Amino acid sequence: MAMTAPDIERFIREGIPGAVVQIQDLAGDGNHYSANVVAAAFKGKNRVQQHQMVYAALQGRMGGELHALALQTSVPEE
Amino acid sequence: MTDIKTQIDTTVKTNDVVLFMKGNADMPQCGFSGRSVQILTQLGVPFKDVNVLASDEIRQGIKDYTNWPTVPQLYVKGEFVGGADIMMEMYQSGELKQLMADKGVGV
Repeated sequence: MAMTAPDIERFIREGIPGAVVQIQDLAGDGNHYSANVVAAAFKGKNRVQQHQMVYAALQGRMGGELHALALQTSVPEE
Repeated sequence: MTDIKTQIDTTVKTNDVVLFMKGNADMPQCGFSGRSVQILTQLGVPFKDVNVLASDEIRQGIKDYTNWPTVPQLYVKGEFVGGADIMMEMYQSGELKQLMADKGVGV
């Protein structure tokens, strides 16, 4: 099973309200993507915690259906 | 604590730098694990490699241990640092080298 970029984007936006998400397909196999996620909800959290929020939004698909998601997370500039 | 959790806990607490990975340092079996090994090698940091493919128990156990769904996973002085992309980001920004120095590890 694999995931499409729109699916990933939708899960992240639903899981992290207000997130701005950019997905890049790295391999065209539905399994290797990179994602840039900017969200105010990340404020005060370190990288690991920010990434864990994205993984939680993906509801357990990370590491299973989705083999690789290179993540870049950041807080919107004020 | 279940035994696999205790085993992981002991491993990360009794080794300065531990990399849970697919394959081992001489023969990584996944691009991300391979890149993580290269980063540590370039930093000149000795580390203990743990091949999660050797046992399903470890492979699942390590993901539960930190609530982190993927491998590789880097630990420095018992603390989870991150996966391949966090390692790369920190390496490129110099943060990883600084972290090792701050923790008095290897460099």
